[in-house]
Amino acid sequence: MPATPTEPAFVRREMLAQKLPPVSERGAIKWLRENLFSGPMNSTLTVLGLIAVYYLLRGFYPWLSNSVWNAESYRECRDIVIAQSGEGATGACWAMVRVRWNQFLFGLYPVQEYWRPVTAFGLMLVALAPVLYYGLRRPNVRMVGAVTVALVLALWGLGTDTSHLLVCTAIMLALTAVAWLAPKRLVWLTLLFPLIAYFLLWGGSVWGPVGVLIGIGLGAGAWWFAQRSFGVVVAAAIGLAVAVLWWLVLHTAITSALYAVMPLELPYVRSDDFGGFLLAFVIGIAAITASLPIGILLALGRQSDMFLVKTLSVGFIEFFRGVPLITVLFSANFLLLYFLPPRTNFDLIVRVIIVVIIFASAYIAEVIRGGLAALPRGQYEAADALGLDYWQAQRLIIMPQALKISIPGIVSSFIGLFKDTTLVALVGLMDPLQGVTKIVRADTAWKGIYWEPYIFVGGIFFIVCFGMSRYSMYLEGKLKTDHR
Amino acid sequence: MADAQKKMTVSDEVAIQITGMNKWYGTFHVLRDINMTVMRGERIVICGPSGSGKSTLIRCVNRLEEHQQGQIIVDGTELTSDLKNIDKVRSEVGMVFQHFNLFPHLTILENLTLAPIWVRKVPKKEAEETAMYFLHKVKIPEQALKYPGQLSGGQQQRVAIARSLCMKPRIMLFDEPTSALDPEMIKEVLDTMIQLAEEGMTMICVTHEMGFAQAVANRVIFMDQGQIVEQNAPKEFFSNPQSDRTKLFLSQILGH
Repeated sequence: MPATPTEPAFVRREMLAQKLPPVSERGAIKWLRENLFSGPMNSTLTVLGLIAVYYLLRGFYPWLSNSVWNAESYRECRDIVIAQSGEGATGACWAMVRVRWNQFLFGLYPVQEYWRPVTAFGLMLVALAPVLYYGLRRPNVRMVGAVTVALVLALWGLGTDTSHLLVCTAIMLALTAVAWLAPKRLVWLTLLFPLIAYFLLWGGSVWGPVGVLIGIGLGAGAWWFAQRSFGVVVAAAIGLAVAVLWWLVLHTAITSALYAVMPLELPYVRSDDFGGFLLAFVIGIAAITASLPIGILLALGRQSDMFLVKTLSVGFIEFFRGVPLITVLFSANFLLLYFLPPRTNFDLIVRVIIVVIIFASAYIAEVIRGGLAALPRGQYEAADALGLDYWQAQRLIIMPQALKISIPGIVSSFIGLFKDTTLVALVGLMDPLQGVTKIVRADTAWKGIYWEPYIFVGGIFFIVCFGMSRYSMYLEGKLKTDHR
Repeated sequence: MADAQKKMTVSDEVAIQITGMNKWYGTFHVLRDINMTVMRGERIVICGPSGSGKSTLIRCVNRLEEHQQGQIIVDGTELTSDLKNIDKVRSEVGMVFQHFNLFPHLTILENLTLAPIWVRKVPKKEAEETAMYFLHKVKIPEQALKYPGQLSGGQQQRVAIARSLCMKPRIMLFDEPTSALDPEMIKEVLDTMIQLAEEGMTMICVTHEMGFAQAVANRVIFMDQGQIVEQNAPKEFFSNPQSDRTKLFLSQILGH
């Protein structure tokens, strides 16, 4: 007897069309079910969370929605809120930001000189272009061009006098042309930027920064000639000695002679007048740019075979990581002067920048050491076996990889560093958070205002730090070549 | 493979001379009284149990490891702590590692051109032409613009060989080049090495590939406990080992 088939024979005559999944398995419903209501526990938490958000918004929203942008004093703000929403209503008074924004940005920097920090900021972005897109014409032109437009508009909006406006416009157009014709040449602006920024921000005789530049040039020249016969490290010491000699012995005499012949200068602005985000940016950007190379050298020093170099690096790193930044800032007020020749009168902001650089580079050094430690030994050996010398191996093989690994850590340090710039309030500088806010709140017109300045300053800090964080993630993605 | 031996000749010029060399790790005596002369064009296979010091020995030849006593002269240059001499020797001696050690942040082409450009100061264009020539030779020119992470182990090792060859070395050191590879990839790497041997390259290979030793080597050195225990032509070495230690070792690796 033949076995009976369990199913009758079957032939499909028509193919089935594609169908959507059931409603509960797609789109928003699926997402809600999987993410918010996947079980009793999750559902309870979702409901509790929604209740918490509701209460927060209920307290916060009326205050925000009643915001007042146009008023001359805090009292006027309150009157407007009460007139609009009845007795007992609260409302944010952003009018304070509208009236006093310039102090949040510039502190007590003289109003007619606002074009200087703004131009310095614009030039900084131009100086950044070759760092971000070295040698690439299109992104460089695009960035420099955008900065040019924004800068000219900003200067015009600030009511800059015509002559300065024209000079700045001409310079920016020239830089755009450089970006177009020879994008690699923009690096020169990047290298010169610290001195240009110093001259623009503080002003005084143009020959001071030029003298510093001459010193650097002499030092570099001495290094170049010495390294042929003495090796890199000894040559660096000779170069440094030549530069220091110039600055100590000849600098003042020659620059004042030049000034007597050709008195080019900008009105001098005292460090006490710096404040707000101008101050935060000056300190933050200087510390960020300088602490990275110094941090790299310290990290390498810590790994060195040379006992003295290693010990000094370790001592430096551990000491500055072990003391609070505030301590170092306080010592900047007087301690730093002990290490300098007598009668040098160093500006307070410059002193603060130096200690913040020192402090930050200790942290950066440790972050980079982590990156170095993550590299397999074989990378060093392969570089050695190919005959690369120490500095070539570091620059071409080790650092590109170690830095890439360290990007998240480095950017975290930078973000922390930028926020720490508000601590300079403790040595009497006018940081945006405490210094400027105190001044604004001391004004009778704005007496009693509390949340708005902090939220405003916090918001700007957030935007800058969030931007850095996103850029670091973009960079990580762009540099990802290991295809794991 | 069998006629490979006939084509290869050994000159009477000394390439590497090691005399009375000793090395310690701390107080541990890793290499003991090593004496060895390598003529130009020789293909030497070094074998031995793990920990016998064979890798350490060839790593002393380009001073990835420092020796504490005795003399190593490579191509007429003595290895001392003089950095200039070390760099000179390293640029003349190519090395291939067990784990390839390609530079993962650079493309294959950049891996190959880096040392010629920075050490030999060859113009970029010329370095790239040389690199492509050697990539053709190891049969993977189409991978030039990829990154090492995108290649198979065998391909990576061939790139590593090409990278060494781009420096036009006079001596090549191989440190267990096939130990980290799958069996099917071992062959492609060995074929590349045999080709190199046929062209007269002076080679020292630390390897467990006894087939390779028989086909290519003109001398096999057996090491144990940091010493050279036995050395002989491959035919003699495999068919008629003299020391008990060699016999035991051979029975273990050829026994199955």
